[in-house]
Amino acid sequence: MSYTIWILLTATLVGINCGLVGTFLVLRKMSMLSDAISHSVLLGIVGAYMVSHQLQGVSMLIGALLVGLLTTFLVQLLHQKGVQSDAAIGVVFTCLFAIGVVLISLFADRVHLDVEHALMGEIAFVPWDVLEVCGQSIGPKAIWLLGFVLAINIFVIVFAYKELKISSFDREMAITLGIPVVLIHYVLMGMLSLTTVASFDSVGAILVVAMLIVPSATAYLWTDRLSVMLICSATIGVLASAIGYMGATAFNVSISGAIAVSTGVIFFVSLWIAPKSGLLWKWIKKSPA
Amino acid sequence: MNPLVVEQVTVAYDRQLVLEDVSFSVPEGKLVGIIGPNGAGKSTLMKAMLNFIPRMHGNVFVYGKPYEKQRHLVGYVPQRNSVDWDFPTNALDVVLMGRYGHIGLWKRPRKEDVDIAMQCLDKVGMLPYAKRQISQLSGGQQQRVFLARALAQDASVYFMDEPFVGVDAATEKAIVQLLNELKMRGKTVLVVHHDLQTVRDYFDYVLLLNKRVVAFGETESVFTYDHIQKTYGGKVTFLSSTHIVG
Repeated sequence: MSYTIWILLTATLVGINCGLVGTFLVLRKMSMLSDAISHSVLLGIVGAYMVSHQLQGVSMLIGALLVGLLTTFLVQLLHQKGVQSDAAIGVVFTCLFAIGVVLISLFADRVHLDVEHALMGEIAFVPWDVLEVCGQSIGPKAIWLLGFVLAINIFVIVFAYKELKISSFDREMAITLGIPVVLIHYVLMGMLSLTTVASFDSVGAILVVAMLIVPSATAYLWTDRLSVMLICSATIGVLASAIGYMGATAFNVSISGAIAVSTGVIFFVSLWIAPKSGLLWKWIKKSPA
Repeated sequence: MNPLVVEQVTVAYDRQLVLEDVSFSVPEGKLVGIIGPNGAGKSTLMKAMLNFIPRMHGNVFVYGKPYEKQRHLVGYVPQRNSVDWDFPTNALDVVLMGRYGHIGLWKRPRKEDVDIAMQCLDKVGMLPYAKRQISQLSGGQQQRVFLARALAQDASVYFMDEPFVGVDAATEKAIVQLLNELKMRGKTVLVVHHDLQTVRDYFDYVLLLNKRVVAFGETESVFTYDHIQKTYGGKVTFLSSTHIVG
């Protein structure tokens, strides 16, 4: 039974982390940057392995953080040099990801890390990879990692709430007020890198994008308050995790796949019934009574 | 000491000069209109003064010190379309942003800040809409929210980028009233403006700009037919003599 609980807890933590960070990505119209970072952190993980010969823990977080920030920086740099911003994203992340892939294939025989795992994740294995302190198991490593990143995310959002808000809404005004918008941008990208790498094991690089963007885009339909949107987005992430897991066990399909599909289903349902902009209400209003 | 002194500001995009050697100095308590054709660099000048875009060279002094050291004295009202009005927030929240400089980094707004924000909303006639989601406001109402935010900032020098664009008559009136109130309180206000017909009514000073300063000074003496022709390259024909006394 505790097997189920660990998986659900992992998915829940992924949902909350991604929901919180994703909200700011959606509002800053940087959704595609999450796609970029979720791929390029693979290079960070491989790089961390090359340095520390470990696949988990602090070294992996640092590796992902560095490459995540490098991605952000390179995208910005190319954009400033006159490359269109979406093209800049496309160039940077494919290159960094590809370097990661090449490096993995170099070490393939010595390390349990493969491209498929990185892309798809395998949440079903999470409960078996436990953290041990003095020979005593204290729960899966993924839970500790996700919990640690969640603490960072919540701390930053609570601490810098108004700065995040104004720099997302009105960057120029924020600059005139002396708010360090560039620092805030990089802190947010750092949070995104950490969130991505912590979620990597469970849902993989591709589906982490779904968890980052879809719940936030859904929450955007339901509310017109930033604080509510954050809570709503995290809740939808958790809901999708629970529904996805139940669906996966019922039909014996990929857990992470089912979770991502659930986010999509919740989004499309919301698109119709959300009070603010629901298509259903518009449709009812339009059709003659 | 003049509240705003601009010295030889030059800006280039891709090595092409868009502003050249712009210098002027504004006395305290004046309303200044920045006038010029499209592409004359009006908004660019404002952005360069506020450091949104780099200046190739030139200095901006606010009350005798470089702008960078006097940010807290400067309020900015951006063009209305420069922000995403679908952002999940309400009118009061936006006005409260004007208080962020006073509140300080990483700190929370106090009740006092909320009270000030409410008063500012009241001044622009937007109190009933305080809790309204900003996307549900009309263009004029959105502009008034921006002005209330500038009021809440309680700055000494204001920069406003095209506040009259796309607003209804009532809002236009409210803005003019507000500009005069700011002036009464000794504030200095620079406004990027495009409607030549109202220049004489609204502004004490004008800066006629077309990549360079064509003329700067009191509206009475500077806003002349010759200067306007020079600024617009002879393309202004629709103005009657009642608007320009040459």
